[in-house]
Amino acid sequence: MAENDRNKGVEQERRRLLQAGAGAVALGVIPGAGQLAALAQGAFDWKKFKGEKIEVFLVKSPRGDLLTKYHKEFEDLTGITVGSEMIPEQQQRQKAVIEFNSGNTSFDVIAISYHVQKRLFGKNKWLDDVRPMMADKSLVDPNLDFADFAKGGLTYATQADGRIDSLPLNLDPWVVYYNKELFDAKGVAYPKNFAEMVDVAARLNDPAKGVSGFVARGLKNANVPVWSSFLLGYGGAFIDANGKLMTDTPEALEAAKMYQTLLAKYGPQGVAGFNWNESQSLFLQGKAAMWLDGIGFAQPLEDPTKSRIVGKVGYGVMPAGPKAQVSALFGDGEGISTFSKKKGPSWFYLQWASNKANQTRMLQAAAGAPVRNSAYAAAQSSADFKAPKQWVECMLTSARIAQPGLPVIAPVTEFRDVFGIALTNMINGADPAAELKKATAEFQPILDKSEKT
Amino acid sequence: MSTNATLPARLAPFLARRRRSYYLFIAPALVTIGAVIIFPWLYTLWMSAFDWTLGSAAHYVGFGNYEKLFGNQRFGEAVLHTFYFTALAVAAPLLLGTAAAMIFHREFPFRGVLRGIFIMPMMATPVAVALVWTMMFHPQQGVLNYLLSLVGLPPSLWVYSPTLVIPSLVLVEIWHWTPLVMLIVLGGLAALPTEPYESARLDGASEWQLFRYITLPLVAPFIAVAAVIRTIDALKTFDTIYVITGGGPGTASETINIYLYLQAFAFYNIGTASAVVVVFFVIVLALALLLLHVREKTKWM
Repeated sequence: MAENDRNKGVEQERRRLLQAGAGAVALGVIPGAGQLAALAQGAFDWKKFKGEKIEVFLVKSPRGDLLTKYHKEFEDLTGITVGSEMIPEQQQRQKAVIEFNSGNTSFDVIAISYHVQKRLFGKNKWLDDVRPMMADKSLVDPNLDFADFAKGGLTYATQADGRIDSLPLNLDPWVVYYNKELFDAKGVAYPKNFAEMVDVAARLNDPAKGVSGFVARGLKNANVPVWSSFLLGYGGAFIDANGKLMTDTPEALEAAKMYQTLLAKYGPQGVAGFNWNESQSLFLQGKAAMWLDGIGFAQPLEDPTKSRIVGKVGYGVMPAGPKAQVSALFGDGEGISTFSKKKGPSWFYLQWASNKANQTRMLQAAAGAPVRNSAYAAAQSSADFKAPKQWVECMLTSARIAQPGLPVIAPVTEFRDVFGIALTNMINGADPAAELKKATAEFQPILDKSEKT
Repeated sequence: MSTNATLPARLAPFLARRRRSYYLFIAPALVTIGAVIIFPWLYTLWMSAFDWTLGSAAHYVGFGNYEKLFGNQRFGEAVLHTFYFTALAVAAPLLLGTAAAMIFHREFPFRGVLRGIFIMPMMATPVAVALVWTMMFHPQQGVLNYLLSLVGLPPSLWVYSPTLVIPSLVLVEIWHWTPLVMLIVLGGLAALPTEPYESARLDGASEWQLFRYITLPLVAPFIAVAAVIRTIDALKTFDTIYVITGGGPGTASETINIYLYLQAFAFYNIGTASAVVVVFFVIVLALALLLLHVREKTKWM
């Protein structure tokens, strides 16, 4: 009962704020909005919100570090003071959900992961729709250049009902890292389709020398995108139009069998407990022929202090499946809390964070794969850009064929957990059909419930 | 007689006043306990009666969450894993710790230095310990498999195998917490009277008999204390398991704590998580009562 009341309170509070916000902007009643309205006729000015202060809530990562490093630049540009909090991803997500749920947030701007939070945040309208501000010329940096954002990023930033409640920052399509030396030694070419991929893994697998034909995540939860990479190539999908799971269809089963074959037969011992870092360290040692994971993990591969395979790494686009060639996509962005009272300054921060300069820096620092296409050209022409040409090509091609690597639903983590366990069990010998059936039956009610309330 | 009868009567108002002032002194403690222990506990109990996921509305379901839990295979397995892990993680350090205490109780060169080295693991942070062990367990690059290969044994999968994962995790617990048991038992040994030994020796008792019939019964209360502390620690183990396996492979090392963490902070199922807490509390309470009973029985001082 208390919870019901509390939720109602949250709901009322939110409506009140939304109405106040909308009304204020329309009528120009409150000072901030008056300012907005007055300036609506004027040209864009970065100094418009001089003297205000915003709080941003970031994830501790190379990208979060990079933004924080340049906050001074934003403050000088706009006269807005930035307070920032940066904590590890898992804790950041927990804190965000709890704060949003309480009906008040300590932050104005928040970094989000689309593959995990898009639906949950969209369903509850926790982030503000930025389209009204985008339509107001006086609030949009003339250099924003929306067309420069990769399509995958914009798709991720747009909710099913058309609201755009964030700006994308970086994309992480999945690619196949391969060891050219091992490929050349056996005269094998990079696989063009799934059948060749399994065949190549079999030919390069050499347990006697401690070399695995293939490595990828086997650890539950983390492993789901590996399976979805195959699922999407087989023409499968997560959920149909009626909200029914499609995870026990023939396509899903073929993908699961492929997962089982590659990891259990041609993967390293103990792969059931591997996350990206174990996979990466095996590949760095030259002990794996192919490694399927996000393109964002490339950085140490070309670092001589960490890698034994510098200059021998191939960056391959995900091979084509029988139905389609798809790269599973992940991505992050930033949005404005609906409880924020500093919408204007926050919107400025969003524009600054994903501007061309910051995007190019991200690439130069190898902190991630930016969402702007122009960043790649800019970075390549710069002298201190070290990433191999093939990596850039692989990124651009992959981004073009990318589709979300996880279903856009609220209980994503629970989905990953349930199907992750099924996949780990398959590595340890369980029957793929039975495991998928069981996981689908277990997850369907959870999905139904999440869409009902 | 008459003076005796009236004295308490005359004292009564004074005592009552004093009693009132006693209450005043314990009031802050009562308020604190109420705020940080009793209120959260009752609130958890209350929340466990709702079907509530963060980001959705809450519905009253009464005992629905409990019914679901008892029919849930995964939760049942988590309870079994918890008992399995706890049993091993209590018994092994108790045995090894008692043996170590017997050794350190004797006089030998460099005893102090060696004892200092022996208790060093206790000082390490559990998460750091877990990270180091994670690297040691690595099937290809870990030092444990290298050590096995030195003595001609085949490599093991350690925490990467569903059947070996719990014993492997217990290995970390043994390394970390055997010194604690040793310290407690060593303290007990130092407090033992010497007379029983003298008279037993006069009667011609062997070393084994001295240990079995004198030392062991006399240090039993200390071992019982160590057992209580170890049981509490083992039941609430979270960091080691979460860092090394996260409950995997699959759910092979998922204990109640890991399951609880997932429900509360990964899936945001607050109602279910609250029900898990209540069930866990009942289990801990039952075990604590059992152990207190054992402790009473072993008492000699």
